[in-house]
Amino acid sequence: MITLSHYLILAALLFMIGIVGIFLNRKNIIVLLMAIELMLLAVNINFIAFSYFLGDIAGQIFVFFILTVAAAESAIGLAIIILIFRNNRSINVDDLNKLKG
Amino acid sequence: MKFIDFIFYCFSFILLFSALRVITARNPIYSALFLVLAFFNAAGIWLLLQAEFLAIALVLVYVGAVMVLFLFVVMMLDINLDQLRKGFWEYLPVASFVAVIMFVEIILVLNHSYFNTKAQFIASDVSNTELIGKVLYSDYVLPFEVASIILLVAIIAAIALTLRGKKTHKAIDPADQVSVQKKDRLRMVKMNSGGMKKTNIRSGKK
Repeated sequence: MITLSHYLILAALLFMIGIVGIFLNRKNIIVLLMAIELMLLAVNINFIAFSYFLGDIAGQIFVFFILTVAAAESAIGLAIIILIFRNNRSINVDDLNKLKG
Repeated sequence: MKFIDFIFYCFSFILLFSALRVITARNPIYSALFLVLAFFNAAGIWLLLQAEFLAIALVLVYVGAVMVLFLFVVMMLDINLDQLRKGFWEYLPVASFVAVIMFVEIILVLNHSYFNTKAQFIASDVSNTELIGKVLYSDYVLPFEVASIILLVAIIAAIALTLRGKKTHKAIDPADQVSVQKKDRLRMVKMNSGGMKKTNIRSGKK
């Protein structure tokens, strides 16, 4: 019997993988964006599991909006990556020191 | 009931495996393709949770649009992989430390009896899509409009960021006109031989 905890633990594991991915791929912006997508997916699984087990459709509506915003975010993020590559000829995060911050 | 458990474990195992491959794959192309696999399995899990509309939206929107965008970008960029992979496993102890602490904390929260609820089915005789549509266009119509504006902003921003204007006209850019310096337009030429100078002045007076 699959309970709510099964889904929540699955989402927690997926979220952890996303966090580890951000640590490991700290130089590669593209894989960093993919790790963020993984974390968003984990949150969406949480929302849908709660929506199913608590009998409330609002969770699915929230997932709908998260999907919308995540699509917009990744589109703009990829556009920025293209700009970075056009200016720097590399997407290494260590090369992004133009602002001398 | 046993078979549904089996399906759940299948989907979750492949989901976690492909997520691990996303973050450890050497080539970003493989990362993107494994992310596609992860989205497909997540859609399967959402189908188990009776969220059919969102499962199909995930496959159509994410796999169909966003991941294709990722693949295009990965293929367009010429990435120096050796430089990016240098010191890849260096931060693994810190990362696993943070991840394990967060996971243990989440498990501590999840052990509470509040999460041992039985499934309460959404009581309705209409399909999941129809139900979402009814709620979305009545209770959540304002957030829905805001979401459309966010998408519009994303379209305009992505185009404005990456557009390289093609020059099809001969008009001068006003910014260039304003910022022009004296040394760009005027070239001082040093003339010698004083005799020539006098003749020039005379001819000017004539």
